[in-house]
Amino acid sequence: MDLTLYVWRQAGPDAAGEMKRYEAQGMSPDMSFLEMLDVVNERLILEGEEPIVFEHDCREGICGACGMVINGVAHGPQRATTTCQLHMRQFNDGDTIYIEPWRSTAFPVLRDLMVDRSSFDRIIEAGGYVSVSTGSARDANEIPVPKADADSAMDAAACIGCGACVAACPNGAAQLFTSAKVAHLGLLPQGQPERLSRTRAMVAVMEDEAFGSCTNHRECEAVCPKQISVDYIARLNRDYLKAQLLDPNAK
Amino acid sequence: MSWIIGFFRSAMGKKAVMAVTGVMLFGFVLTHMVGNLKLYFGPEKINAYAEGLREIGAPLLSHGDALLIARLGLIAAVVLHIWAATSLTLVNRRARAQGYARKSPQAATYASRTMRYGGLIILAFVVYHLMHFTWGNVHGDFVPGDVYHNVVSGFQNPLISGFYILAQLALGLHLYHGLWSFMQTLGLNGPRLNALRQPFAATFTAIVVIGNISLPLSVLAGFVTLHG
Ligand code: HEM
Ligand code: FES
Repeated sequence: MDLTLYVWRQAGPDAAGEMKRYEAQGMSPDMSFLEMLDVVNERLILEGEEPIVFEHDCREGICGACGMVINGVAHGPQRATTTCQLHMRQFNDGDTIYIEPWRSTAFPVLRDLMVDRSSFDRIIEAGGYVSVSTGSARDANEIPVPKADADSAMDAAACIGCGACVAACPNGAAQLFTSAKVAHLGLLPQGQPERLSRTRAMVAVMEDEAFGSCTNHRECEAVCPKQISVDYIARLNRDYLKAQLLDPNAK
Repeated sequence: MSWIIGFFRSAMGKKAVMAVTGVMLFGFVLTHMVGNLKLYFGPEKINAYAEGLREIGAPLLSHGDALLIARLGLIAAVVLHIWAATSLTLVNRRARAQGYARKSPQAATYASRTMRYGGLIILAFVVYHLMHFTWGNVHGDFVPGDVYHNVVSGFQNPLISGFYILAQLALGLHLYHGLWSFMQTLGLNGPRLNALRQPFAATFTAIVVIGNISLPLSVLAGFVTLHG
């Protein structure tokens, strides 16, 4: 396949960037999107140019490192798929592809397509865990968990923290990420004692970082490679209101 | 008590304020539409209704009290709603300071993307509407207390009717997103409720918009005339 790429190139955090045009010729439809970029980079290196910087690690859709906005869609055209798992057969010979970094004030561009997502880490540090000791390994089913809650907690725990939700949100809001991180422990028995205090702490940090505010467009859910549902956002809203208005432990 | 200030400062608190005040305004808009339909029952009925609004709460309240309380409540709701919308819009602009060269929306609707602009159109309409039918200062033929006459003679002008119809369509878009969005914002969700949220929004949007738009159309069509 022969493709025309427009790629965001930016030399450093404070440098001005621009979309640059590249011709990518002779690509195989069986390549992943990142392998296609690898081939482009090999050529750039041979030509003495700076290769395109992008993040990746597992290349199997589980680590959340990769991520770019491809033709205006975070992680590209295939639903429920990270950029590393996207294959070139999703495109046609002769296509023009625009490749941009996540655009969010809370995710400053470090270089080209690589952004700094440590604002997510700070939300996790504020309450992405429970501090109660859960003891040593229990017998299975010693603590009963309703099936629906167990399933829902697992669905929330599938979040890989890639940041596509923020990138896709017209408001740059981090509600889907934060709500999934609040819910995956908040749905389980061990999460109950700190359910509201964790919500309060994580929302406070989320709002201190430069994220926007959710207006229920549901763009995040549409691009999430793990198909996290906006139902978790409603749950976050409910827990936040409870934490602010009804929490018996609030000072 | 400082938590209350914190709540009004937080983005999620403001969003909840927007949802609660939005629902209050929806309650008003729906009631107002039902009241408007009295136009079909003739001058006595709608003029008596307008007068009756001033007697709500009697004998506990005296003439006009309930209306005054409702008006103060509405003004508070409008001010809070617009304050929250403005403040959050500014936060959101800052959060996406640099935009995309290519953007392809996957789920956002026309309604969800035009909330801010629709809100401004509604605001402009409300100001005009008050000057037109409440204070009468932009109405060429205003008779204080004769609601029937004022509405019918106002709507006989196609330009004025057209503006009312356009404003209702803008209100409809705002309600179509707002009436399910408020449930999401207030955490009202669940597998059964979720299936009903969008149909609820669509139904009540249609009721309000069709009810209101029918009035200028009926006047223009000559179905409702000055003589009742
Ligand atoms: C009759 C007047 C109005 C009614 C009935 C109304 C109703 C609503 C409702 C129910 C919501 C949903 C709240 C939520 O998302 O949780 C909403 C949201 C909103 N309203 Fe209004 N509103 C009115 C007037 C206005 C005005 C005058 C403005 C502003 C200039 C405005 C701007 C907004 C904005 C920006 C949102 C948030 C949109 C979003 O969540 O995507 N509204 N409104
Ligand atoms: S590189 Fe790990 S998810 Fe894509």
